[in-house]
Amino acid sequence: MQLDAKVPGGILAEKWDRHRFDLGLISPANRKKFDIIVVGTGLAGSSASATLAELGYNVKAFCLQDSPRRAHSIAAQGGINAAKNYANDGDSIWRLFYDTIKGGDFRSREANVYRLAQLSNNIIDHCVAQGIPFARDYGGLLANRSFGGAQVSRTFYARGQTGQQLLVGAFSALMRQVAAGKVTLFSRREMMELVVINGQARGIVARNMITGEIETHAADAVILATGGYGNVFFLSTNAMTSNVTAILRAYKKGAFFTNPCFIQIHPTCIPVHGTYQSKLTLMSESLRNDGRVWVPRNSGDTRSPHQIPESDRDYFLENKYPAFGNLVPRDVASRNAKEQCDMGKGVGETGLAVYLDFEDAIKRDGKEEISKKYGNLFQMYEKITGDNPYETPMMIYPAVHYTMGGLWVDYNLMTTVPGLFAIGEANFSDHGANRLGASALMQGLADGYFIIPYTIGEYFAGTGLNKITDEHPAFKAAVQEVNSRINKLLSIKGTRTVDDFHRELGRVLWEYCGMARNEKGLLKAQKLIQQLREEFWKNVIVPGSERDFNQSLEKAGRVADYLEFGELMIVDALARRESCGCHFNEAYQTEENEAKRDDENFCHVAAWEYAGDGINPLFHKEKLIFENVELTQRSYR
Amino acid sequence: MTKTINLKLKVWRQKDSDDKGGFKTYYSRDISTDMSFLEMIDVINEQLTLNGEDPIAFDHDCREGICGMCGAMVNGRAHGPEKGTTLCQLHMRHFSDEDTIVVEPWRARAFNIIKDLVADRSALDKIIQAGGYISVNTGGAPDANTILISRDTSEKAFDGAACIGCGACVAACPNASAMLFVGAKVSHLALLPQGKPEAARRVMAMVREMDRLCFGNCTNEAECEAVCPKEISITNIARLNREFLKAGFFSSTK
Repeated sequence: MQLDAKVPGGILAEKWDRHRFDLGLISPANRKKFDIIVVGTGLAGSSASATLAELGYNVKAFCLQDSPRRAHSIAAQGGINAAKNYANDGDSIWRLFYDTIKGGDFRSREANVYRLAQLSNNIIDHCVAQGIPFARDYGGLLANRSFGGAQVSRTFYARGQTGQQLLVGAFSALMRQVAAGKVTLFSRREMMELVVINGQARGIVARNMITGEIETHAADAVILATGGYGNVFFLSTNAMTSNVTAILRAYKKGAFFTNPCFIQIHPTCIPVHGTYQSKLTLMSESLRNDGRVWVPRNSGDTRSPHQIPESDRDYFLENKYPAFGNLVPRDVASRNAKEQCDMGKGVGETGLAVYLDFEDAIKRDGKEEISKKYGNLFQMYEKITGDNPYETPMMIYPAVHYTMGGLWVDYNLMTTVPGLFAIGEANFSDHGANRLGASALMQGLADGYFIIPYTIGEYFAGTGLNKITDEHPAFKAAVQEVNSRINKLLSIKGTRTVDDFHRELGRVLWEYCGMARNEKGLLKAQKLIQQLREEFWKNVIVPGSERDFNQSLEKAGRVADYLEFGELMIVDALARRESCGCHFNEAYQTEENEAKRDDENFCHVAAWEYAGDGINPLFHKEKLIFENVELTQRSYR
Repeated sequence: MTKTINLKLKVWRQKDSDDKGGFKTYYSRDISTDMSFLEMIDVINEQLTLNGEDPIAFDHDCREGICGMCGAMVNGRAHGPEKGTTLCQLHMRHFSDEDTIVVEPWRARAFNIIKDLVADRSALDKIIQAGGYISVNTGGAPDANTILISRDTSEKAFDGAACIGCGACVAACPNASAMLFVGAKVSHLALLPQGKPEAARRVMAMVREMDRLCFGNCTNEAECEAVCPKEISITNIARLNREFLKAGFFSSTK
């Protein structure tokens, strides 16, 4: 199958405008004839559901939390980018586009990224109109700050809770449509299967997480806004229920999975401190605006940070990258922290941490000013670690945070299954091999508020859709599949818990498919994962019953999918014989130990097609064509 | 300093909403004081699973204090003894060796118990549906900087907007009132110029819905403020009352 991204022709800056004119329309009176399922209620899902309902479509929105407002977009701290140039520092749509393409190490689609930069400004306007209390200056105008990978201040923020505020805004818009009767809300539901009829996505099978009932829902199109799969590593900054299940089901029903090995490892997280640990907590990248990253100059220096004089400190990011300093992109910052720890210069009990120090910032701006900017983050840090960052430097270490990979989508955000769309972190579209800070919120909202509402009309206008109900045999078959999987999980009654398997899977991936990879390690990991998966299906213990509120069963289903998916990540990592952004294959590096791309052979996105259980997936590629930017070696020095 | 402690837990177990439920005692040994409260329950649950027993059901998701999913009464206090802290951010260093800890779900007329520590808080979403929004469709918003908002006003609005909807205020209130929750949302939107056009309609509709869902009245106990993990002040309740009176007396909204 030839992948057609359907990128419109013409000048880059005019593509989206022209495309919108070319898109088919559904008239207001006819929109109520179409039912749309939206799975997930994070920024992408909530904004899409609300906007589609405002347009007049019938929306069914699904989430696995008790309320849509709890989706994990809520945890985003730092901010959202927009090319407003309010700071008058030379920003523009073109610069945001260029920074994003370059930050992603030239592995994303030009036209998509340019559109994202264009829409960034509309997002800020809309969010302010919704009442989102962004930070402001004394004159009453909006304030901005800087983020990694950029030399301008273009990040809008709401204390350290930008994700929460944006999500509450989208959630409120969604609730307004629920009240208007245009959205039917299904909370505490987990999508278990995608239903494809005549090659078109026509519905889902969901499990009611309170009663355990298996439900069927038919529609004219299905939108997956189910987020990323970072939890495959067990320890990540994702929420506990974040999963790959929904998009993996879609993959197994014909949607291609793209760049699964592109995992963002965020440099500033609270270090791991015990085997019982259930998750890692991010400390916003915005802290790198004022905090200085350092380690002792000499390995084995165990003095407390206050006793280490300036001359014995190594501010390794500032020294190595004078132009961007502490604000280099995430992949670069993470890799350098790892490098320092590998040299034995790490700090803390485990030696797997570096300092993020605010002493100079507090001296310069005063404690009050720093507290205004980062107060809640400092508080959170103290709660978790028991250390006060106003007095002693924070300790941080990289952790899995975001997944750039996801379902392949064309310019209209449609997957390779007609009628199945993927938005937000669930798709692969805009961040290439590394996402810049404050760009996830931007992409989620651009997809949901401003792209899918137009492009879905094109699908409806150009497609013959028979009337289908959930009485169709395809639904019955899907329900059967779901039931048999659940029964299998409950009947194994082995001796190892789900968490135990999950933890081991995470360890394998972190070791061999984490910040640095090599072929030998990847091959080893592949074997280990296959063995683990085999053992899981023979020896897992899942207590309780099927028709019940059964959190163990939920977890078991997700981990089963992660075990299957983990191997796909390895396959992808093995196939990409270059380094780019987050994907650092030790065999391909520059003399300065930076990621070395191979544009001749790998300037493409890898799209994997499911070929059956135990069979290697089929490889497809979409060649990336750069007409407007020159491919260069990323340099932040 | 990391150390380990031994604990006795009395945990509310209830099969489903029809079950009467009751306390069950568990002993939790060698708990690291660096663990969070939920990680401590994870450890108990791993053991229960291996023993073939039903693990304790509890709501949780982000585990970083922002999603509002977790929450339980710990020794009679919503989210436990630490001020301004959600249950997932409560760490075991705040407990001592040989402590007995009593863990119960949120209890309120408007919240049904689903299982063990899991309560149904969908009533809070219904209150938002009644009017907790600004009626603006995606599309025609003016440039963001055309609306000037003083930093002070914006910060005050934020203090209300910081609510995570966890329901601790309701669980802590002797009347099971949702006034702090509603006050926070009404304040957030009423303070901002964008929220003013429908302020009267909003406050009337939200209060009416709150009453309909059987949340109690406010009698100034201030328990809600004491347990709120985001430390939302009861001045928001005062503002809610003012907004309500203003709407009742001076607007045409019924």
